[in-house]
Amino acid sequence: MAYIQLNNGLPGITGLLENRVDTAAPIRELTQILLRGKSTLTEMERELIATIVSFKNECRFCTKAHAATVIALGGSKELLDTVYHDLENAQLSEKMKSLLVIGSKVQEIGKAVLPEHIERAKKAGATDKEIHDTVLIAALFCLYNRYVDGMGAYCPEDPAYYQKLAARLTTIGYDRPKDAMARKGEESFK
Amino acid sequence: MAYIKVEEGIPGIRSLFKFSPETGKPLCDLAEVLLRGPSPLSSSERELIAAFVSNRNNCMFCMNSHAAAARFLFDEDKQVVDDLLKNQTADSLSPKMKALLWIAGKVQSNGKSVTPEDIENARKEGANDTDIHDTVLIAASFSMFNRYVDGLDSYTPANEEDYLEMGKRMGQKGYHI
Repeated sequence: MAYIQLNNGLPGITGLLENRVDTAAPIRELTQILLRGKSTLTEMERELIATIVSFKNECRFCTKAHAATVIALGGSKELLDTVYHDLENAQLSEKMKSLLVIGSKVQEIGKAVLPEHIERAKKAGATDKEIHDTVLIAALFCLYNRYVDGMGAYCPEDPAYYQKLAARLTTIGYDRPKDAMARKGEESFK
Repeated sequence: MAYIKVEEGIPGIRSLFKFSPETGKPLCDLAEVLLRGPSPLSSSERELIAAFVSNRNNCMFCMNSHAAAARFLFDEDKQVVDDLLKNQTADSLSPKMKALLWIAGKVQSNGKSVTPEDIENARKEGANDTDIHDTVLIAASFSMFNRYVDGLDSYTPANEEDYLEMGKRMGQKGYHI
C-alpha cells in the first residue's frame, strides 16, 4: 500500500503515474525519448543503464521491471548478474562497460563522474550524445527509484507481473497506455 | 569546460537544453508543473524544497538558482531561505513545512529511507496526500536534475550574485523556454 491514497489499483510506478497524469506526462515523454527514441545505443543497452541504476538504488520494483525488459529485448539473467556484481567481466563492449560505469557514478552523485570516466568512454568510441543520454537516463532513474520507494509504492512478487509489464514496455513503450483493459490486466497483480 | 561539447558561456542546465532540445522540452515541462502548477504548496515553498535537495546533493548551480528563485518569491520573508540553506535552521518555517523538508531529505538520500512514521508526522502537522506527493516528486526530480547538471560538469557560475537575475526570471516567468 502506497503512503497516499491512489485513484487506481496499479502497482509500483504505474499506479503513481496514473494517479497524477499532470506530472506523469513530461516524465513519460522524457522516458520515451531516452529509452525508445532515435539513438546509436540499442534499446537493450539503454534498459541496462536503467537496470544497473535501479539495482544500485535498491529499488526492487524498478530493478525487476527493467531486468525483465532487458531479458525481453534479448539479454539474459547471466548478463544481468555480471552487470550487477562484476561489470568489468560482463559480455559487453568496452564502450558499453564504460557507459555503465558512468551510469553507476551518476547513481552515487553527479560529481562522482570524473574526467577519467569520460575519457575512457570517449576512447572506446562513445559520442557526446551517447554520454549525454547515459547521464540523463541514469539521472532519470534516480528520480523514478526515489518516487517509487519514497511513496511506498506496492511491489508485486509474482514474476508474471514483470513479464506482462516488460511486454508492454517493449511494444507500446513508455507512453500512457490508451487501452484501459491493458491497465486492468496489470491491476490484477495485487 | 563541460564533459561534452556545449555552447560556451551558457550556465548549467540551459547549456544542456541547448545541446539536446528534444529532452529539454519535457524537462522544462516537468519543472513547470512541479514548481508552478496547481499544488497546495506555494511556489516559494516548492522552490525551497528544490534548493534544499540541491544543496544536499552539493549541486551548486541548482542550489544557487533555486535559492535565488525562492528568495524572489518569498519576497520580504526571504530570510527563511538563508536560514535553511546557510544557517541550517528551519525554525522560521511552519511545522508542516519542516516535516515535509524532513521527507525531502530522506528522498534525497534514498527513497527507501522514507518511513511510515515520517509520513504520519507530516500528516499530524497538517500535510495532505498532495503535499506529500508533491514533496516526494520534487525531491526525486531534483535528484535527477542535480545529477544531470553535475554528471556532465556543466558550467556553474561561482557567485551568489550571478544568480540574482536568473532567480528573478524563474520567479516571474517560470520554466517554459
